[in-house]
Amino acid sequence: MNQQFKVGDTVRVRRAYPPGHVRAPYFSRGKTGIVDEIAGAYRNPEELAYGRYDGEALPLYRVLFRQADLWPDYDGSAADTTIVDVYENWLEPAEGGQG
Amino acid sequence: MIRVRRVHDIGGLPAGPIDRSEPEHAPWEKRVDALRALCSRHKLMRTDELRRCTEDLGYGVYDKLPYHARRIASIANALLEKGVFTVDDLGRKMEAVERRWSKER
Repeated sequence: MNQQFKVGDTVRVRRAYPPGHVRAPYFSRGKTGIVDEIAGAYRNPEELAYGRYDGEALPLYRVLFRQADLWPDYDGSAADTTIVDVYENWLEPAEGGQG
Repeated sequence: MIRVRRVHDIGGLPAGPIDRSEPEHAPWEKRVDALRALCSRHKLMRTDELRRCTEDLGYGVYDKLPYHARRIASIANALLEKGVFTVDDLGRKMEAVERRWSKER
């Protein structure tokens, strides 16, 4: 599998808000996290959802976010994290720390 | 910028307390689940398509209908798209079922 990112890379979920079937959760868009795991490669659900079954497999990443980065009013521990599954087409490289 | 937030994509929105009671399922709801399983087995639709059709119900329907009503509405829309039956077929069948049902009662 040919993937753009490796475990430990800092990535940002693209800040895009198209209509249609999107699997990257709204709350994750524009947020920066770290690749925690590469979950394999699967055909793009955004295409499958419209009956187009013949696309290439896309790498799927488990991206680790700090809860405090996801929610502006988060009042739990600064060490709290959450993991979101994000397909490669929704990720871009990001610099340095999270935020 | 127009930011489309689809009706199902509610992570982080205020939602109130979680109802943890075990639901009782009516027979028609079990039939909806059976129909959905059959549609998958016969490769009439994929989970992704069903999800998309459910989301496509949009505000005012998705967030008002209970789970199984939402589900059968989206299965119907998916099968219409696929040409498994026509709007006319579905309308006539619903009419026939309703007639039969009102006679039985």
